[in-house]
Order: sequence, then C-alpha cells, then structure tokens
Amino acid sequence: MNTPPVIDWVALRDQFPSLAQPVRNGKSLIYLDAAAAAQKPWAVIDAERGFYERTNAAVHRGAHYLAEQATVAFESARADVAAFIGADVAEVVWTSSATAALNTVAYAFGNASLGRGGASSAPFALRPGDEIVVTEAEHHANLIPWQELCARTGAVLRWLGLTDAGRLDLSNLDQIITERTRILAFGHVSNVTGALAPVADLVAAARRVGAFTVLDACQSVPHLPVDFRALGVDFAAFGGHKLYGPTGIGVLYGRKELLAAMPPVFTGGSMVEVVTMDSATYVPPPQRFEAGTQPTAQAIALGAAARWLGEIGMANIATHGRAMTAELLKIAEIPGVRIIGPGPGDSNVQGGGTAAGLDRVPVVTFAVDGVHAHDVGQVLDDAGIAVRVGHHCAQPLHRRFGVAATARASASITTTPKEIATFHEALTQVRPFFGL
Amino acid sequence: MSALEQMYQQVILDHAKRPVGRGPAIIAEPPAGALVGESHQVNPTCGDEVTLRILVTEPVEATTVAEVLSSVTWEGQGCSISQASTSVMTQLVSGEPVTEALHLADLFSELMASRGKGLASEDDEDALGDATAFTGTSKYPARIKCALLGWVALRDALARSGALPHRVVEQGT
Ligand SMILES: Cc1ncc(COP(=O)(O)O)c(C=O)c1O
Repeated sequence: MNTPPVIDWVALRDQFPSLAQPVRNGKSLIYLDAAAAAQKPWAVIDAERGFYERTNAAVHRGAHYLAEQATVAFESARADVAAFIGADVAEVVWTSSATAALNTVAYAFGNASLGRGGASSAPFALRPGDEIVVTEAEHHANLIPWQELCARTGAVLRWLGLTDAGRLDLSNLDQIITERTRILAFGHVSNVTGALAPVADLVAAARRVGAFTVLDACQSVPHLPVDFRALGVDFAAFGGHKLYGPTGIGVLYGRKELLAAMPPVFTGGSMVEVVTMDSATYVPPPQRFEAGTQPTAQAIALGAAARWLGEIGMANIATHGRAMTAELLKIAEIPGVRIIGPGPGDSNVQGGGTAAGLDRVPVVTFAVDGVHAHDVGQVLDDAGIAVRVGHHCAQPLHRRFGVAATARASASITTTPKEIATFHEALTQVRPFFGL
Repeated sequence: MSALEQMYQQVILDHAKRPVGRGPAIIAEPPAGALVGESHQVNPTCGDEVTLRILVTEPVEATTVAEVLSSVTWEGQGCSISQASTSVMTQLVSGEPVTEALHLADLFSELMASRGKGLASEDDEDALGDATAFTGTSKYPARIKCALLGWVALRDALARSGALPHRVVEQGT
C-alpha cells in the first residue's frame, strides 16, 4: 500500500499537555516558537519519567539487573535515533546539545592540529593558511566554534554571503571554496530565514577540493526526512529539544571511518581502554566521544521522540509543514510587514500536497515597519500567541539585512491553519496599536 | 485598561516617538572642573543599545553641597520600552544633584521589582513622576531589562565620570 497514513493534525494536539493550558489573560496558547523549543508529547514525557521510575541506573558500568536494563534502553535509543537519520549506531554520538556537538567537531580538529591522535588523525590537522568556510546565515553555534578554531590554529575563516531573498549566494562559490578549504560548515536550514541550503551543490564543491563538511541540522530534522549518508556530509549536529525531545541532549553524527580516526575531546570515565599513570588508550566511537555520565534519561526520551516521529512519518510532517509555510507567508500581505528570507513569490510552497522539492520550512522571520520586534512580540503575547523576538543567535545575518531584531513565527506538527489565521489577524493589529 | 494598555501607556508611546535628550551628544568643551562620563549598554537578548553621556558640574551656589547632573544626552535604538524609559529618565534627572539622580535610580529599580504593584510610598511615586508609567512593565520579567537599560547606563556613566557617591558624601562633610 502506497497511501500514506492520514494524520489527524488537530487531534495530535491532545498529545501535548503543555498546549492545553491557558496563557496570558486566559487565552488558549498558539505556540509559534517551535524553532526555539518544541513542546513535548506524552510519548517523550513518559519515556523520560519512565526511566527514573523503573530503569534508573548507571549505563555501561555495572552487571546488576537495573544497570543492564538502563544500558539496553540507552543503546536502543541510539539505534532509534540512528534509524531516524539514516546512520549506523556507531555514527551517533550523544552530546549535551547541538552546540556541544559542533564544538566537539571543532575541538577534535583542534586536538588533531596539536598532533593528538597520531597518524590516523593527521588528515584533520589544520595549519596556518588553511581555510574554514561558513555562511553568513549561521547560528552563532555554527560560527563561533570555527572562529575559535581559526584563532587556535592560524586557519582563516571565510564565508558565503546571502542574496536579498535570504538564500545562500553561490555566485562566488569557486572563489570561496578552493584548494585551501579544509572544512565547510553550514546550516541545513537557517533558523532565521527558514531556507534550505543547496546541500548537494555545497557537498560537491567541498568534495572537489577535499574539504570536510559539517552540517548544522538543528532546524531541518524537525521538518523533513533527513538522511545524512544520502546527503553525503561528513559530520552533522542537532539537538533534542527542537525535535520534540528533551533539553540536555544532542547528537553528533560522524561518518564511521572519520570518527574512528579522530582524537577525543572530553576525556575521563567511560571512554577508555587501558589507563596508566602516564597515559590512556581510548575505546572506538561513539563512546570515545562520550566521556563521563551521559544524559541518560534524555537520550532515552530522544529515542522515544524519534520513534514517535517515525510513526507519524517525516514525509507527512514535511507535507504539513509545506501547507503551514504557505499560510505563514501570507503575512507578507500585511502593510508594513517585511519577511526576512524567501517570501511567497520566492518559495516553492504552493500546491502539490507533497513534501517534494521543498525549499524552505515553516520558520518565518519578519520585521514590522516602525515597531520594534519586542513590542510586536508583546502585542502577540497578549493574544496568547508565542513568537520569538530578538536576533535569534544570528547577529551577522541581521546585520546583513540591516535590522537589529526581528520576530519569528515557527510552526510545529500541531500548528493549524486556524491558529495561523489568528496570528495573522493579531499581527494586523500591531501597527494600529502603536498609532501607525 | 488591559495589561497591554497598562504597559504601553500614552506617556510611554509619546516618549518613544519623541524622546527627550536623544541625539548625538556633543559636549564641546566641558567647563573647568566638570566631570564627563559615558556608558554604552547593550541588552544581549534583543540587541537594544544605548550610549549615554553625562556632564557633572560643581554647584552654582556655594551653599549647595552636591554636584549637579547638568547635561544628559544619549543615542540608542531598541524597543519602545527601552527608548521611552531612557527618555523619561533623562527628563527626570537632568539638572538634578547627583545624589538625587542616584536616589531616583534606586526608586526606579524598586518599582521594577514590584511586579506591577508600584511603590508603597506616595512621595516616592511622586518623585518618579512619569516614570511610574512603567509600573505595567514590571509585570513582565522579560521586559524589565528593557526599562532599566538607560538607568543602568546612567549609574555606569556616573561611576565612570568619577562623581561617585563617596565623593559626593565627602563634599558634604
Ligand atoms: C540552526 C541552529 N543551530 C544551532 C542551535 C543551537 O542549539 P542548542 O542551543 O540547543 O545547542 C540552534 C538553536 O538554538 C539552531 O537553531
């Protein structure tokens, strides 16, 4: 049977206890801030709570019954997440966040540059004059670790710019990605513009010059089926809390042979083979990169999130997201509202009813002429509508578009056209409220 | 009045539109013996900014003990709360003795901690004048920083100018 399961998107909301509570002035909550933190379904809450209720013990550190149960749960969560992203279990490293995952890659390169990891790590060593390429759209978490790595190694940071429509400007790709490029780090989907990066073009450009690729997948995994192997990237990072999972847990994906060749970053318990007073040898990945006690309950609950999303089907979620994007982009019609990123005329969001050919996700950032983003957010909050305001940890992107702060509406799988219509109506009231 | 209208009272909207003291601060030649202080404050969560410059001069009449905040000017960008609050503050403290400006800063901090209740003493409320319009803001923890931005810059500028409270006290003795 090829017919996809029919999802009752409205009923799905009942699985999210936090969405049932009244907010400001007794209003029902319209949560359009999933790009910052998704709300959690019972499947995730129960998994985390269930671990503490029934399974709690140290993993990989004991032979008693509970230790065994905890270890099995922890490792099967890894398998669930691996299946979710098209990876092998050995390619899924638990981290405390997406930020920690990106820093882990950067510090592993840094350690290799210091000669750690021996001959197998030599391919990761950077020298003065080597180049690292990022983009102007990056979240600070995928920018500053590379700035710092450059500062430690003498490598030079370069970047791809953005077009006025908020897409990556590839017109000078050949000048930016050159024989000197050693790492290309970029976001799969911008947390501001919602635009998808042309991954195939970028990976091909990096491969032509033998550069490693690092993908920040924080904003893509909640919206699209993502298969890191199919994308061809070397490393990828995402966090749990935007994926309907818990805080305190993130994932570093790395191609098996690369992780196996890399030196560790954090060191300590659980990642060693033989330890003497002078030195230590390290276990293979993923454990090599998991020093110390891991966020066990969180990893298990992230596994539950991946399973739960798998049951709904990421292709279905992407189709729903396409419809929500089209609804959200209608705010471009409101006088004084400017979308930062691909707008309705610039996005493949109309029709089709499928996820195919998607070029942006339902993350829509906007500026309101004459009204500061904070004030926009406050008026919307008064109507029970949660949006994010500020620079969204992307100051260079905001500077590029000449704004200090913007507001961002981001949809989740529980978002309905009716909710977006209410948001649209409330946004229409903002400029009149301030006498404009 | 809804909570939103309490927050965005007309005085606040007016100050946000026509801020007092905003513009490039040119203190050409500070008079002899005058102190100059400048402070740049940023709210990292939203990027709101204010650069405030003050001029502190010796009292004109020999009988007054305190130094006087003779000029306050600022440049900034940000939400209506941060801009209006800096404007109201400028109006309130300009020409006041440094001790009084610090007292008002303390009262405003107290107001911001009041969770929408305002100040207990009517005299204190009177002293704050238009700044009491920000009582509504104090109900929203995320916005208190916006209202305090200019005041933080004022305290910092005073400290940097050298017109520190202990100096003021010393002069009084
Ligand atoms: C694109 C992108 N990258 C990285 C991050 C960092 O995620 P975290 O703060 O969970 O580590 C975020 C979320 O804030 C993001 O949106």
